[in-house]
Amino acid sequence: MMKRFFDCVNRNRSAAMTYGLVIVFYIVMQTLASQRMLTRSVTGYLVPICVYIVLAVSLNLVVGISGELSLGHAGFMGVGAFAGIVAAACLRSFIPNDFLLLLAALVVGGILAGFAGLLIGIPVLRLRGDYLAIVTLAFGEILKNIVGNLYIGLDAKGLHFALNAEGIHMDPAGKMILSGALGATGIQKLSTFFMGFLLILFTLFVVLNLINSKEGRAIKAVRDNYIAAESVGINTTAFRMKAFVVSAFLAGMAGALYGLNYSAVAASKFGFTTSIDILVFVVLGGMGNILGSVISAAVLYVIPEAMRGLADYRMILYAVVLIVVMLCTWSPAVKNRIAMVTEKFTSKFRRKEAACHE
Amino acid sequence: MNEYSRKMIPVSTINYLREEDAGKRPVLDVRNLGIDFGGLTAVDEFSITVGPTEISGLIGPNGAGKTTIFNLLTSVYQPTRGSILINGVDTKGMSTAKVNRLGIARTFQNIRLFSEMTALDNVKVGMHNQINCSFFSSVLHTPAYYREEKKANQRVMELLDFMGMADVAFQKAGSLPYGVQRRLEIVRALATNPSIVLLDEPAAGMNPSETTELMHQIRRIRDTFHIAIFLIEHDMNLVMNVCEGIAVVNYGRIISKGTPEQIRQDPAVIEAYLGKEGV
Repeated sequence: MMKRFFDCVNRNRSAAMTYGLVIVFYIVMQTLASQRMLTRSVTGYLVPICVYIVLAVSLNLVVGISGELSLGHAGFMGVGAFAGIVAAACLRSFIPNDFLLLLAALVVGGILAGFAGLLIGIPVLRLRGDYLAIVTLAFGEILKNIVGNLYIGLDAKGLHFALNAEGIHMDPAGKMILSGALGATGIQKLSTFFMGFLLILFTLFVVLNLINSKEGRAIKAVRDNYIAAESVGINTTAFRMKAFVVSAFLAGMAGALYGLNYSAVAASKFGFTTSIDILVFVVLGGMGNILGSVISAAVLYVIPEAMRGLADYRMILYAVVLIVVMLCTWSPAVKNRIAMVTEKFTSKFRRKEAACHE
Repeated sequence: MNEYSRKMIPVSTINYLREEDAGKRPVLDVRNLGIDFGGLTAVDEFSITVGPTEISGLIGPNGAGKTTIFNLLTSVYQPTRGSILINGVDTKGMSTAKVNRLGIARTFQNIRLFSEMTALDNVKVGMHNQINCSFFSSVLHTPAYYREEKKANQRVMELLDFMGMADVAFQKAGSLPYGVQRRLEIVRALATNPSIVLLDEPAAGMNPSETTELMHQIRRIRDTFHIAIFLIEHDMNLVMNVCEGIAVVNYGRIISKGTPEQIRQDPAVIEAYLGKEGV
């Protein structure tokens, strides 16, 4: 009975630590910012950090919890970004409050990305393993190219869609929102660190609750052994799909937050390299480890940005950091060495402590 | 009314019907089942009925098609010929998950647990279809979620306790000893609330004392839950002691059916296992 109680506390402790860390991070950053102790470039990182944390946590739902290697996550981010930008431009006149407008844009971005996830999931989730990875990669690129070839204009009559610049016939007063490969320009920056913070909390709430429920158990069961999962009455495709769609939905919200944080966003941002970056956050944070994803996304996003001064060397250093982290978390030889060193330190410390008590 | 329900229920497989089961619809009714893999006929003309509270066995030499038959019964493979009725419902074209909901659960020859999850969670996954909680109340952790989780936890602990495994509830399934893993698979199967459980070599890898305990547990499962058990096993001691009826297969066909006593003396069975005399 006692053991059961402790298990319950332990599980909640990990979740509580994750929430706690995020809240502390927000409070510290917010106070520093209000005291004007942060440089302009540091405050510029805050929203992207939130975006990447949300992306990493949502990708972890697919890669770590559901066990599918998805390489197209940035595609959903792109759909969410452009959907959010368009939504913000359209709803501008109806919602005067910036905060509510941003919220609406995030929801629209999330829903569209979730819908894209549903459509892509139907063919993709018939596959497993390597094949699934390759096909998600392809669909990620397809999504990027679709949003990269879309021309959307807004005038008094409403939205105009086309696949080339000549296709748009607007009033002279109309304004282009998306112009193909150039992406979205003249975006009104709406994203705030506070909204990023709320989005992280929302993501953690959804993902952590999902993991600790009937649905999450079914998703993990399908990952561990789909034949056994089916034999106990679980419709495996349905649960892989649920994880995939929820993940795409959250990525879309993160994308909308990202898109509305800059005055111009091009579709090329949402390609393969961004997908891989997010995957690196997930792998280094630990598959299925949500707290790990939060920390690694924040740290690994900041490292290359902080090393901008080192110019060309920064990507080399970034690579070295990745290799070191991999070795420390995986290689038994390095792990043993670290364990030995910490043991020495703690035993010395203990001896000192014992000496003090005497 | 389908073709079969007009006919009389055939003699129980096993030419033996428990008094309790007399006059009741069989839980499993298989007629002329067959499957071909390419040109190879793996199972043919397999017919069997299992009464609602019967313990029956399926034995045969290696490669006789026993596990293939289990895979057919649980719709892992779709049969080429014949039909399977579970509680009177034809399973033709159904998925494994759907067939499970009709009341058939199984264990696997090579253990298939969710090795990264705790024993408790493994069994809770088995209870999946009995937990009444929508997707949104799962995500929002509504009061319904807590109510259902509590109910499920209680049930899981009861089931684990029933098999004497309450102490390992919070250990990772993959780290449990082999014999315990086998029993955990049985508990997970029971958690789906089945009317028949298929056990694929439940005693494989167990030592004699574990096997003896398993025999008691198999009888206890039947007597407690009032369900049928159909098992594949190579341990003749277990089969002869526990099963009330036995079917013997070789090369995908039934070569003998009967009580353990009859099977033991059937020359066809002896030939299948030991070969012909004087060759």
